[in-house]
Amino acid sequence: MSNDSLDPRVNRLKLGDATAVIKVEEGENWNIYEVFHQEKRGAHHEHVGCVHAPDPQLALVFAKEQFARRKKCVNLWVVRSADILAFDVEDEDMFANNLEKNYRDASGFKVMEKINKFKQSK
Amino acid sequence: MTNHAALTDLIIKMADDELILGHRNSEWTGLGPVMEEDIAFSSMAQDKIGHAWALYRTLHEDLGGEDPDRFAFMRPEKAFKCAHLTEMPNGEYDFSLMRHFLFDHAETVRYESLQESSFEPFRLLSKKVKGELKYHTLHANAWIMQLSTAGEESYIRMQAALNHSIALAAGVFEPSAEHEATLIADKVYPGEAVLYQRWLDRIYPVLVKASLNMPDISAITPVYGGRQGFHTEYLQPLLTEMGEVFNLDTEARW
Repeated sequence: MSNDSLDPRVNRLKLGDATAVIKVEEGENWNIYEVFHQEKRGAHHEHVGCVHAPDPQLALVFAKEQFARRKKCVNLWVVRSADILAFDVEDEDMFANNLEKNYRDASGFKVMEKINKFKQSK
Repeated sequence: MTNHAALTDLIIKMADDELILGHRNSEWTGLGPVMEEDIAFSSMAQDKIGHAWALYRTLHEDLGGEDPDRFAFMRPEKAFKCAHLTEMPNGEYDFSLMRHFLFDHAETVRYESLQESSFEPFRLLSKKVKGELKYHTLHANAWIMQLSTAGEESYIRMQAALNHSIALAAGVFEPSAEHEATLIADKVYPGEAVLYQRWLDRIYPVLVKASLNMPDISAITPVYGGRQGFHTEYLQPLLTEMGEVFNLDTEARW
């Protein structure tokens, strides 16, 4: 089926036969880049999503458009998704805490009382 | 104060370039090569319309000109002072992108020079658009690099687009026979000849990096005429389309 669009601008693109097999040439595939957004100076860069781009420079350009157009932003990072090293999903058990060691959890310390007392004394 | 007519002439030239190219570039909305680029290009087209609006408003508020909307949409073709470069139909993306590259660098050197203008609204505006223009030229440079190094067909197309656009782009720097000397003497801006040189210095390194051959600049004849109200066959249809809704009811309140 060819593209019989009523919009002459679409026809001008000469998109050709929609069912034809598309051959992807070497180097034609774009990379996916993870985008990290910094809301204000000194703040952490936070992962906000990804963009598809042919090189890091254009990934930055696209990231600005997708993730910094509406939300406040002072800086962006892009990192090729392929360059991110991550643990396997099945290694999740490494992160599980041993119940008998919960004395190690910082959240276990009861210090707020002392801190508040100190603050009040100031 | 600077000669009123000279300032008005310069502002109309700048604003009409922004308005017309903004509309041309916005014709890519929904048709851009990839989604992210479609959004980027459309958003920069909006920036251009914003620059045009700021300039028309300056004309209105500081120089006693007409209401910005009426001025933008109700003038006859002859009253427009945009350069031919901005009027040309979009063609393929190679041309549109090359035009964007050449124009936005020209725009950047112009607004940079206005940071020291004796006309205060120019100083304020140049400060306001600085970041936008930096982004526009970063975007343009990145694409010129990308497409000029993306294979044979791509390279040939970019070189052809450059060869085709360079004389048109040089036409952006058409000096006003009547007002140029006044504007320079009054330190409103350094003049078209100076901007033209600065522009060449700005685009040349990018073209070299992209391995594109800069056409012999001394051999080209800049396409002049737009600044004097002589336009290509492409402007009137664009103006008709642009003003279609506005002209349905020019007294309507929006």
